[in-house]
Amino acid sequence: MLRTFPIGGIHPQENKISRECRIEAMPLPETVTIPLSQHIGSPTEAVVSKGMRVRTGQLIGRSTGFVSANVHASVTGTVTGVDTFVDAAGLRRVGVTIRTEPDEWAEGIDTDDRIVRDCRLSAQEIVARIAAAGIVGMGGATFPTHVKLSIPAGKKVDVLIINGVECEPYLTDDYRIMMERGEEILIGARILASALGVGRILIGIENNKPDAVEALSRLAGVVAPEAEVVPLRVKYPQGSEKHLIAALTGRQVPSGGLPVDVGAVVQNVGTALAVYEAVQKNRPLIERVVTVTGPSVLRQANLRVRIGTPMARLIDYCGGLPADTGKVIAGGPMMGRAVANLEAPVVKGTSALLILPEKEARRTTAQTCIRCGKCVSVCPMGLEPYLLSRLAQKAVWDEAEAHHVTDCIECGSCSWRCPSGLPLLDHIRVGKTEVMRIIRSRKA
Amino acid sequence: MEGLVYTVLALSVLGVVCALILYFVAQKFRVVEDPRIDDVEKMLPGANCGGCGYAGCRQFAATAVEAADLSAQFCPVGGAETMKRIGDFLGKSAPEREPMVAVLRCNGSCANRPRINVYDGAASCAVESALYAGETACPFGCLGQGDCVAACNFGALSMDPETGLPVVDQDKCTGCGACVKRCPKQLFELRRKGPKDRRVYVACRNRDKGAVARKSCEAACIGCGKCVRACPFEAITLGDNLAYIDYNKCRLCRKCVVECPTGAIRDVNFPAPATRPSQNGAAESGQGAPAADTQKGE
Amino acid sequence: MEKKLIVSPSPHVHGEQSTARLMLDVVIALLPALIVSTWVFGGRVLAVTAVSVLACVAFEYLIQRFLLRGPLTVTNWSAIVTGLLLAFNLPVSIPLWMVAVGAAVAIGVGKMTFGGLGKNPFNPALVGRVFLLLSFPVAMTTFPAVDAATGATPLSAVKGMLASGMSVPEVMRMVEWSDLWLGFRSGSFGEVSALALLLGFVWLLYRRVITWHIPVAVLGSVAVFTGVLWLCAPDRFMGPLFHLLTGGVLLGAIYMATDYVTSPMTARGMVIYGIGIGVITVLIRLWGQYPEGMSFAILIMNAFVPLIDKYVRPRRFGAIKKA
Repeated sequence: MLRTFPIGGIHPQENKISRECRIEAMPLPETVTIPLSQHIGSPTEAVVSKGMRVRTGQLIGRSTGFVSANVHASVTGTVTGVDTFVDAAGLRRVGVTIRTEPDEWAEGIDTDDRIVRDCRLSAQEIVARIAAAGIVGMGGATFPTHVKLSIPAGKKVDVLIINGVECEPYLTDDYRIMMERGEEILIGARILASALGVGRILIGIENNKPDAVEALSRLAGVVAPEAEVVPLRVKYPQGSEKHLIAALTGRQVPSGGLPVDVGAVVQNVGTALAVYEAVQKNRPLIERVVTVTGPSVLRQANLRVRIGTPMARLIDYCGGLPADTGKVIAGGPMMGRAVANLEAPVVKGTSALLILPEKEARRTTAQTCIRCGKCVSVCPMGLEPYLLSRLAQKAVWDEAEAHHVTDCIECGSCSWRCPSGLPLLDHIRVGKTEVMRIIRSRKA
Repeated sequence: MEGLVYTVLALSVLGVVCALILYFVAQKFRVVEDPRIDDVEKMLPGANCGGCGYAGCRQFAATAVEAADLSAQFCPVGGAETMKRIGDFLGKSAPEREPMVAVLRCNGSCANRPRINVYDGAASCAVESALYAGETACPFGCLGQGDCVAACNFGALSMDPETGLPVVDQDKCTGCGACVKRCPKQLFELRRKGPKDRRVYVACRNRDKGAVARKSCEAACIGCGKCVRACPFEAITLGDNLAYIDYNKCRLCRKCVVECPTGAIRDVNFPAPATRPSQNGAAESGQGAPAADTQKGE
Repeated sequence: MEKKLIVSPSPHVHGEQSTARLMLDVVIALLPALIVSTWVFGGRVLAVTAVSVLACVAFEYLIQRFLLRGPLTVTNWSAIVTGLLLAFNLPVSIPLWMVAVGAAVAIGVGKMTFGGLGKNPFNPALVGRVFLLLSFPVAMTTFPAVDAATGATPLSAVKGMLASGMSVPEVMRMVEWSDLWLGFRSGSFGEVSALALLLGFVWLLYRRVITWHIPVAVLGSVAVFTGVLWLCAPDRFMGPLFHLLTGGVLLGAIYMATDYVTSPMTARGMVIYGIGIGVITVLIRLWGQYPEGMSFAILIMNAFVPLIDKYVRPRRFGAIKKA
C-alpha cells in the first residue's frame, strides 16, 4: 500500500493532456511587464526608471525587507515605464515595462547548458545567492525561498522534502521538468539540503507519474545518494505542504504551526531547479515553465516563458483562444485564479494557463444543503465546511474561529464534492480572511 | 386513607424544599441593575442595529446611565430628538447632531460602465471583492451583489435592476452606518441630510488617472479639478485624481454640478436641473450644461 | 474584448455528483426490492408505490408553489425517494386513500413544515409511516398471507409463540431461512427480501452515495446485542441472524437511517447514531409492546442528531497542542 495523507481528500479527473509535450522555449515577446511584487511579503522598490536600458538578468526591483524577493529584468531592452498596469484580477499594480531587444545577458550569468554538479559554498553563501536571485516558491505560493531556508532559533530541521506531487488536474509543468531537468533538480535539492544542514532528502511524487519516479530514482543514485524518491498514492491535495509532510513522514504540522515545527522544509521541484540555476549558474529567476492546456486548446504545450510576458501571447502561440472559451485560469483548476485580463503578465507563480470551455467553466446553480456530510468527509484538514461556510455567511466570526476556520488550506475539495453545488469555499475564504484579521488586530 | 396522608405530606415537603432552593438561588444570582437602564432602553428605537457602536440598544442604555455626560454617544436612528429625551431624563447634556443619510458614491450603472467579464461566484460582494476587481474595468466601483441590502436593518436599500446599483430610500435610512461598514469598496458615506433633504456629492471613488477612469466608466470623476475652481466656498478638495465635497462647507450652490464634464457630481432633491447662473452672463455657448440626474428614490 | 471571460473563485471544476443524481441512485438501489415484492405480493405493490410516490411529489409541489412560494425543488428526486420509502414500509393490502394520507403527513408535516429538503429533523417517510401505524393500527398490521402461511410477520409470529410458552429451539425449527433471504414472507412489502436490499446496499456503496458507517453500525449493534443475549440464554432469545433478517432492520439500516438530512455529518457521529438505532430497535423488539421497533428507533435517534453533531467533531489534521 502506497503512502498518502491521513484525512479526507478527493480524486478529481486528472486530465493531464499536455503530459507528453516537451518543454519548448517561447519566442521573446515584444514587450514585457514585470510586476514589482510577485511574492508574498513587502513589494520591491524599482531601481530602474523610464528610458533606461537593461540587460537580461539585471536587477530592476530591490527587495525592501526580509520577507521580500528581488525582481530582475527578464529581457534586454529599454524601460518604457515604471507605472501602474492592470493585473490578471483587474487590479492596479506597479510594474516595469520593457521593450524587448535580442538577449544580452547581465554580467556573471553562466548561460552554458553544461551541468555543474559541485557546490562548495557555505550555507550562508547559498542563502545569499538564492535571495539575490529572487527565488520564490514555484508551486504557486510564491513565498520567498530564502526566508524558508532561515530556520528560526530553537527549531531543528532533519528532513528536506522536494514536492513533485503536482496533484492539480491538467498541470504538467512540474512533470516535464522532472523528466527533462531531473539532474539539475537533484543538484538543486542537494544545495538546499546543505543550506539547511540536513542529510535526508525525500522526493514525493504521485504514482500516476511512474516514469518520473523511475527517472529521478535512477538519477538520485548517481548525483544525490542521500535522496529517496517516494511514490505516493494519488489523492488531492497531496501537493499541500502539510499533507505532503504527513504522507512522507507521518508527522502532522500542528494547527497554526509551520513545517519547521515538525522538522521539515518543503520545496517544490521548480524551486529546486531555480535554486540550481541561481547557485550554480548565477542566473536569477527570470523565466519559468508554464503549461498551456485545456480541452479545446489547439496546441497543448509546456512553455519556457520569460516573466512578464503577457498571457495573451502564450495563448496566441498555442493557437489562440478557442471559440468555446469560457474561462482562463492561471494555475490549476482546483486552486488557480480565474483571469479577468489576458494582457496581464506571467509572473513567478504562474504555473499554467488553463483554458476551460464555457460549459465546463459555468458553475451549477447552488441548491439547498442536504446535510450529506460529504464536505466533512473530504476535508483534508478535518474541518466542517458546511458549518464554516454558514458561519461566515452569518458573520459569526468568534464561532468560525472556534471551529478552526484558519486551518483551511483553501484546497477546494468541499466545493468540488458538494452535490448541491454550494460555493462553500467562497464563503469560508472570506471567513478565514476576516478571522485572521481579527486575530492580528488582537495581537497588535 | 394512610396513603393519602403520605402523598399530601410528601408533596408538601417537596414543595417547601423546592421553594427554599429557588429562594437561595435567586439570592445568590441576583443582579442589581439600575432601573433607569430599562427606561432609557424603552426610549431607544429598539432596532439593535449597532449603528451607535454598541452591541445593542441595551448596552447603549447602560452606558448612557453610567456615563458622566452623553457627548460620546449618539443614536443615529433615533436622532437628536431621542437623544434629547434621554438627556432630559438622565439630567445630562445630549449632543446635537444633524440627521445623516447614506449616499452611494458610485455612478457605475450598467449604461455608464460596460461589463467586460462575467462573475460566476457566490452572490456576495465580500467574496467577489476578495477575488478580483469586478465585472467592469473600474476596480473601485459597486459590485452589485447587494451585501449592503442584506446589511440594512431598516429596509432602506434595494437593488435597482436597471442600473445594477443599490438605491437608498432616504425616508427609511436612519444613518446607522451598517452599509458603510459592510461595503468592501467603501462606497457608502453618511452625509448630512441637508436642508430640504438637498445634497450635492461626488458619486465616484475612482482614483485612476483621468483617461483610465473615463475609459472604464463614462460617469467617473476624472480628477480634472474644474469643480474645485468653480466652488466659491472652498468646499471641494482633490486628491488621488478624485474630488470630494465637504458637506460642512458646501452651500448647495451647484456650480460644481454644472462644471463637471462627466456628470460625476450628483445633486438630489433639487426642484430644477442645475444650470449656469445667467446673471454672470458668462454662459459659454456650444457646451450645454449636463442635465443633473434626477434620481428616483433618493 | 468581444468575448467576456467568466471569473469565479476556485475551485473551477466540480465532481460529477449532484443531488438529483444521488437521489436517482437511491431509487435505482430500491428497484430490486420493488421487483421482488411485486413478484411475491402481486401487482398491487406497484399500485401502492405509485400512489405514494405521486402523492408525495404532488404534495411537495403544491406546498412549495402555494404555501412556501420558494424555489421549486421538486425536480431533485427527493420527494420520489420519500414516496418509495413510505410505500416500502406499508403492507400491500392497505387502502390506497390511506397511502395518500400517509404521503400528505410525510411531506406536509415531516418535511415542508420545517422548510423543505435539508431542514427536516425527522425522516419524512417514517413520520408518515408512524402516523399511519398509530392512526390505523389494524390496516397497518394486517398482512396478506404468502404461500398459504399465516398473515403474521415472522417477528410477531415468533413473539406470539414465545409468549405462549414455546421454547426457542422449537420456534427456530419453524423458521424458513431461505424465505427470509428471498422474501417469501409477510410484512411491509419493501422489507421482505434481504438479498434484494443488500444488492441495493452494494450499489449505494459503489456509487459512493452512502458510506458504510451507519448500516454497519446498526446491523452490528443489533447482531452484538441479540448475540450476547442468545449466548447467555439460548432458550429464551432468538439468534442474531433471525433479528437481522426479519422486520425492517435491513431496510431501515440501509435506506432510512442513512437519510442525509436526518443523520449526523461526521463518520464517528454516524457510528454512534447507528449503534443507538440498533440498541433501541432490539429493546423495543424484546421488551416493548410492538413486535418491531426500527421506525421508532430511527425517529428517536433523529432527535439526537443535532446533539451528536454538536459534540462529535471530525478528527482534525494537526489537532495537537502547538509545541
